[in-house]
Amino acid sequence: MAEGTEGGGLVFHPMDQFIVKPMFGDGAVGMFTFTNAAFWLLLAVVCVVALMVLGTAKRATVPTRTQSVAELAYGFIYKMVEDVTGKDAVKYFPYIFTLFIFILFSNFLALIPMSFSPTSHIAVTAILGFGVFFAVTILGFVKNGASFLGLFWVSSAPLALRPVLAVIEIISYFVRPVSHSIRLAGNIMAGHAVLKVFAGFAAITAVAPLAIFGIIGIYALEVLVSFIQAYVFTILTCVYLKDALHPHH
Amino acid sequence: MATETTGTASACVGPDGSAIGMPQLCADWMPNQIFWLLIALIAIYFVLSRIALPRIATVLAERQGTITNDLAAAEDLKQKAVEAEEAYNKALADARAEAQEIIAKNKAEMQAELDKAIAKADAEIAAKAAESEKAISEIRASAVESVEAVAKDTAGSIVAALGGQADDATVAAAVDAQMKG
Repeated sequence: MAEGTEGGGLVFHPMDQFIVKPMFGDGAVGMFTFTNAAFWLLLAVVCVVALMVLGTAKRATVPTRTQSVAELAYGFIYKMVEDVTGKDAVKYFPYIFTLFIFILFSNFLALIPMSFSPTSHIAVTAILGFGVFFAVTILGFVKNGASFLGLFWVSSAPLALRPVLAVIEIISYFVRPVSHSIRLAGNIMAGHAVLKVFAGFAAITAVAPLAIFGIIGIYALEVLVSFIQAYVFTILTCVYLKDALHPHH
Repeated sequence: MATETTGTASACVGPDGSAIGMPQLCADWMPNQIFWLLIALIAIYFVLSRIALPRIATVLAERQGTITNDLAAAEDLKQKAVEAEEAYNKALADARAEAQEIIAKNKAEMQAELDKAIAKADAEIAAKAAESEKAISEIRASAVESVEAVAKDTAGSIVAALGGQADDATVAAAVDAQMKG
């Protein structure tokens, strides 16, 4: 992981880990090129399949360890959807579970040294965040028609305040996808960049022990962040979905 | 797209192979990332919604069913155990009552027999006592007679020894008079 020193001077390249490059041969990165980004995304798919499909292949009434983990994830998200969004939202559970398990596995796979972290890229998280935003907005209008706009009209506030609140609500509504996606990308990117910086310091003998303990500490924090960001992304999706299904305060 | 770049270098990667600025903001790579992201998401969604999630739902439902059935069976067995205990207690109480009855009956029978035996013994004793009474009175009578005879003999002998002459009849009359007091 260490960038090492070049010519005796300390050189950091904390952002190099985020470079997208072709897996096979050199060349330009076209739309369909099989890049390291593609590899780690597909590895996440493989891991999801291994856990959720192969792990549950025996359909054991008394679950094996892997099946137990798969059931735990299922129950965790199912309960979240049910509690946060409501019982009528259970039909959207597969979409939300897809988001959760994808982000979770991307985050954790990114913790493998020398790996590439797809969820550190705005391109990826923006698709997720704006995907949720558009899906939820369209769903809100389809389910509630024009009364979906009642989401912005805070009927519990004094009448004079309502237009002001409506402006604030509308701004906050349109900021949602931005914060939703940048929160995830920012957390993952920052953590991994800090890891790289510590790794760079580890090349200097005098501060190497400190840097290595720093790496250990940040790594532990990143393990936590990986799960928490997946959780936060999912629960916010549930909250937005709840607004779409029940727009009235 | 990124067709104008050559080699590993692109607009976002410097000639030394390190990133220029934030790779996250490199527009050249975004179509590629988005394309593969969508592939990955669609793949995960189909695998989950077609295979994994229904399967887990089935497994969980089956487990719930099994647990419910087992609990019901356990409840049944418990009920049966309670019933068996009740039956056992009832049988025990019945047996006890029967035993009490038998004991009471036996006691009564024994009492009756005892009473009968006592009565019989009493009667026998009474008969024996009467017999003995009779024998005693006979003995007493014969003893009086003997005493009289002995007295008369002794009196006669004493009179003769004293040198008197007394005939038997006089002696007998005198003894009789003395014995009557």
